[in-house]
Amino acid sequence: MATTRETGRTGAEAAAGLLPDADRFRWLLGLVVPAAIVVAWHLLVATGVFAAHQLPTPLRVVEALYGLSASGELWGHVAITVQRVFLGVLLGASVGVVLGTLTGLSGLAADLLDPLLQSLKNIPSLAWVPLFLLWFGIGEGAKVLLIAVGAFFPVYLNLSTGIGEVSEDLLEVAEVYDLGRVESLRRVVFPAAVPSLLVGIRGGVGLAWMFVVAAELIAASEGIGFLLSDGRVLARPDIIVGSVLLFAFLGNLSDLAVKEVKNRVVVR
Amino acid sequence: MLADSDVETDDDEGRPDGDATTETERDSEPTTDPATDPPTDPPTDPTLAVSGLTKRYGETVALDGVDLAVGDGEFLAVVGPSGCGKSTLLRVLSGLEDRFEGDAAVGGVDVREGGSDAVGMVFQEPRLLAWADVRENVALGLPADVDRDDPAARDRVDELIETVGLGGFAESSPGELSGGMAQRVSLARGLAYEPEVLLLDEPFSALDRLTKREQQDHLLDVWAARGTTVAMVTHDVEEAAYLADRVAVLGAQPGTVETVVDVDAARPRDRTDEALLAARREITDALGL
Repeated sequence: MATTRETGRTGAEAAAGLLPDADRFRWLLGLVVPAAIVVAWHLLVATGVFAAHQLPTPLRVVEALYGLSASGELWGHVAITVQRVFLGVLLGASVGVVLGTLTGLSGLAADLLDPLLQSLKNIPSLAWVPLFLLWFGIGEGAKVLLIAVGAFFPVYLNLSTGIGEVSEDLLEVAEVYDLGRVESLRRVVFPAAVPSLLVGIRGGVGLAWMFVVAAELIAASEGIGFLLSDGRVLARPDIIVGSVLLFAFLGNLSDLAVKEVKNRVVVR
Repeated sequence: MLADSDVETDDDEGRPDGDATTETERDSEPTTDPATDPPTDPPTDPTLAVSGLTKRYGETVALDGVDLAVGDGEFLAVVGPSGCGKSTLLRVLSGLEDRFEGDAAVGGVDVREGGSDAVGMVFQEPRLLAWADVRENVALGLPADVDRDDPAARDRVDELIETVGLGGFAESSPGELSGGMAQRVSLARGLAYEPEVLLLDEPFSALDRLTKREQQDHLLDVWAARGTTVAMVTHDVEEAAYLADRVAVLGAQPGTVETVVDVDAARPRDRTDEALLAARREITDALGL
C-alpha cells in the first residue's frame, strides 16, 4: 500500500521506474520470514531464554563456519559430501533409468520386478546402514551405495510410470506412420517420459541428501555429517547448527539446479 | 431409402428449391453425369477395397458386412450417426485393428499383411509431439527409408509446411498454434508419408464454423494438387457433400452401408450449388433424419 501511495504522489516517471523493480526483487520477500527468525533467534539466546550451550547465537554459528573455512577444514568436508551425493545419485539414477525403462516397456519385467521394488522402497534409510556396514565395510563404497539406494527409487518409480503412461494416441500415430520399435521409442516414448524422469531425479537428489546424513553420521571420518556428529562429541552446538544449515543450503542448491534443468528441457 | 424421399426432410439448412427439383436431379444421377467424373460405382481396380468387413468388440458389433471401393484419386466421405463404426472403419484400414472378418485391402494388399503401410491418417485430434517443433512433427510422417537428416528430406518437409499454409511456423512448437493450424500440421504429416490413401477421421469437427470452411477449402486445394486418394469420416452432411466425389452413408449400430450417394457437382464447387443441395438431401434421407 505504501508503494502505491508513493507512486501516486511522485507521478508517472517514478511509477515507470518503480514497478519493474518491484517485480524483479519480488523473490526477496522469501527472505523476510527467515530474517525475522534469525533476529528472534538472536534475541531469545541473548535474553537467556535459551542457554548458549544449547543454542548458540546466529553470530556464533557464522563465526564457527568462518573459522572452519578459514582453516580449510570445512572445504574438505563439503567436497567429500558433495562427491558422495554426486556419485550416489549417478549410480542410483543410472540403475533407476535402466530398471524403470525395462519395467515401463515390458509387462513381463514389470510383473517380475515391480512388486519387489515397490516393497523395498519403504525400507527407511537408517535400516540399511548396519547391513551395508556388514557387507561393504566402512569405506567410500558403502556410503555411495547407500546414497544410490536412496536416489534409485524416485527415479525408478517415476520413469517406469512415465513410460507406461505415454499417451496411447501418440503410440497410434507412431504405428500408423510405421516408425518401428526403435524409432518410436526414440522419437515418441522417451521424449514423452523425460518430464517424469526429471521429477524422479529431483526426488532422487532430495533423498540422496537424507541418505548421506545417515551414512556419514554412523561411519565417517570426514564429511558434513561427520562434522555434525563431531560437534555433538565436542559439545559445540555452533558446529552442529552450522552443519545443519550447510545441509539445507547445499540441498537447496542442488534442487534448484535440477529444477532449472527441468524448466529448460520440458515444454509445456 | 430413395423410396422414402417424399417424406418430409428436416435438413438443418434452409433450402430454396422444392421437392420436385430434387427429385428430377436425383433421378438423373445414376444415368447421366454432368461432372468430370466417369460413372463411378464400383471402381474397377480400386485403390481401397473393403468387402464383407465385420468388426466386433466383444458382444458389440461395430461394423457389419461393410462393402466399399474407392478409386485412385477419388475422394470418398463416410457419414453416419455417432457410434455407427465410422472411426472403427478407419482404424481397420490404418492397421490399428488387426482382428476383423472380411477383407480390407489397399492397393491390392490386405491391411493385415502390410497394406496398411500405404495408408496415412489424420486423426480427429492433431496428436502432435508437444516437445518437437512443427518441422519435426511433419518429419515424423516421412517414410522409414527416408534419411531425416538429408537436406532433400528437410526441403520436402519445409515444402509440405508451405503447402498447408504454415510457412514461417516451421520452428514453432505445437503449443503456440491454434487448433486449425495444429490440424494442418497433422495433415502435412500425413502427406509427408506419401500414402496411397489418406484417411481423415473427422479432422475438422473440433473447429469453429468459419475455420472449418477454410480448412475444407484448403484440403480440397491440397487434394487437387496432389491427387491423393482420400477417405474421410465425418458426421457433417454438408461437409461430406461439399468435399466428396461419393458419400457412403452408414446406418446406426451395427454399421452397415445404407447407400452410396454420388455428388455430381462440378469442381471447384460452390457451397450453394443445386447438386450439393440434392446430394445433401439424399444423404439426410438415407440417414433417416
